[in-house]
Amino acid sequence: MTASAHMQAPDTDPGYNFAYLDEATKRMIRRTLLKAIAIPGHQIPFGAREMPLPYGWGTGGIQVTASILGPDDTLKVIDQGADDTTNAVSIRRFFHRVAGVRTTTRTAEATIIQTRHRIPERPLTEGQVMVFQVPMPEPLFKLEPRLAETRRLHALGDYSLAQVKLYEDIARQGEGGSSYSHPVMVNHRYLMSPSPIPGFDNPKLHMSPALMLFGAGREKKIYAVPPYTSVVSLDFDDHPFRPVRAPHACAACGSTTSYLDEIVTDDRGGRMFVCSDTDHCAENQMARKAAE
Amino acid sequence: MSPILEGQDLALRFGAVRALDDVSLSLWPGEVVAIVGESGSGKSTLLRVLAGLMEPQAGRVLYHDAEGAAQDVHALREAERRTLMRRDWGFVHQNARDGLRMGVSAGGNIGERLMAAGGRHYGNIRAAAAEWMSRVEMDPARMDEAPRNFSGGMQQRLQIARCLVTRPRLVFMDEPTGGLDVSVQARLLDLIRSLVAELGLAVLFVTHDIAAARLLAHRIVVMRHGRIVEEGLADRVLDDPRHPYTQLLVASVLAA
Repeated sequence: MTASAHMQAPDTDPGYNFAYLDEATKRMIRRTLLKAIAIPGHQIPFGAREMPLPYGWGTGGIQVTASILGPDDTLKVIDQGADDTTNAVSIRRFFHRVAGVRTTTRTAEATIIQTRHRIPERPLTEGQVMVFQVPMPEPLFKLEPRLAETRRLHALGDYSLAQVKLYEDIARQGEGGSSYSHPVMVNHRYLMSPSPIPGFDNPKLHMSPALMLFGAGREKKIYAVPPYTSVVSLDFDDHPFRPVRAPHACAACGSTTSYLDEIVTDDRGGRMFVCSDTDHCAENQMARKAAE
Repeated sequence: MSPILEGQDLALRFGAVRALDDVSLSLWPGEVVAIVGESGSGKSTLLRVLAGLMEPQAGRVLYHDAEGAAQDVHALREAERRTLMRRDWGFVHQNARDGLRMGVSAGGNIGERLMAAGGRHYGNIRAAAAEWMSRVEMDPARMDEAPRNFSGGMQQRLQIARCLVTRPRLVFMDEPTGGLDVSVQARLLDLIRSLVAELGLAVLFVTHDIAAARLLAHRIVVMRHGRIVEEGLADRVLDDPRHPYTQLLVASVLAA
């Protein structure tokens, strides 16, 4: 049964097909997704469509979300960890308008989470789907400008270039040189860009019970990490990968384990650190209030 | 003993031009062979075909590996050929920019082949890079600088260090001293000569500099119009050239 056969919610815009994209496009993207899931970490080209938002704002992620969204899904959208920034609010409102789906800011309630730059702090569960907005899917692109050559390197499993990049980062900046978009080996085979998530979130990809889908609209590529797949951050034996977080407690909820944003509060050097994941922070604050 | 590299009846034409016209050439372990000839004589093409970078239209190239097994270079699968190129072979380009990664530090350039060979220990890679920088007479303290900070001669040394760090058995060089000023050329040739002797490398190099050929090579191959016109021990070819073209080539060298 196709999604459009469902009764649409009363405030859904009747001028659009369910979830904006036409059914043929969604089928094409779903076929690409199946291929991507079958070959973890391998980039699959797809015919990305023009979307009503500019490249760089999540055109890839939004197409993936549109293709997998059903009327019973609950959608959460994260932008840099927050649910209340422009990008997150617009995409949430967009899907509410064209698909009539329920939206939420709670990680626990969401079945599909579209995200830019973060993975939620709360552990994901089986059945949840993460959709990443990816600006540059090719992990080797800064090292090898020819795409034909990068495809060859992937085919041969030749990732010495990425190792050279890591060497350079350590030589120039010491430990933690690459604090975000740190490349990972998926299923011991393909090198993958985890989209620009902080290195802090890389371990959450490893053996995750949730399905991870990555959509790059401008570059027209989709890739995936199926549930319970090995994802290992690239490192050296004597410089093991270590997720980095600011050595502070969240000013709002007091968490000492979550990833923090640094917020400049005045022009005299004042700053505070708060959780980047707003839902997680709110949950913590609520739990603290209940305990008091 | 068998040759380390054998080119058999190689032919390659670019349109009407015969770049290689039935060329056969053998290189023996530990031997340094120079290919000389004027521009357009096919010497660089021969080098590229023998190094597996260009496919011949006829003939084959055999490489005898350390275990003595013969491998047809152009029939190898791409993955195998790449492994061979970075484990057993080295290639020094005329222009250091073609052989180096200009955006990567000197240490990273030297370490790349080690990492490609599976090196995953940062400290060891750095130590090897520092060691090789001093072996090619560069200051190891500058290993974190980008190649563009180095002079042309130093870039060429860096390229040589990058090739030799994995201890290849066979090195190809395309005009390794081209474009450098004379005193730098002399020091570089000196360095190459001592490294080659020390490591027992087999080297096949292309040059149009007869003096460089005399200094480095045990054997000289003279090419013209895609054919080998004369071949023999370096001193014999240079002191007693037989083919009229070789005589012209040797006579053209200006005595200082």
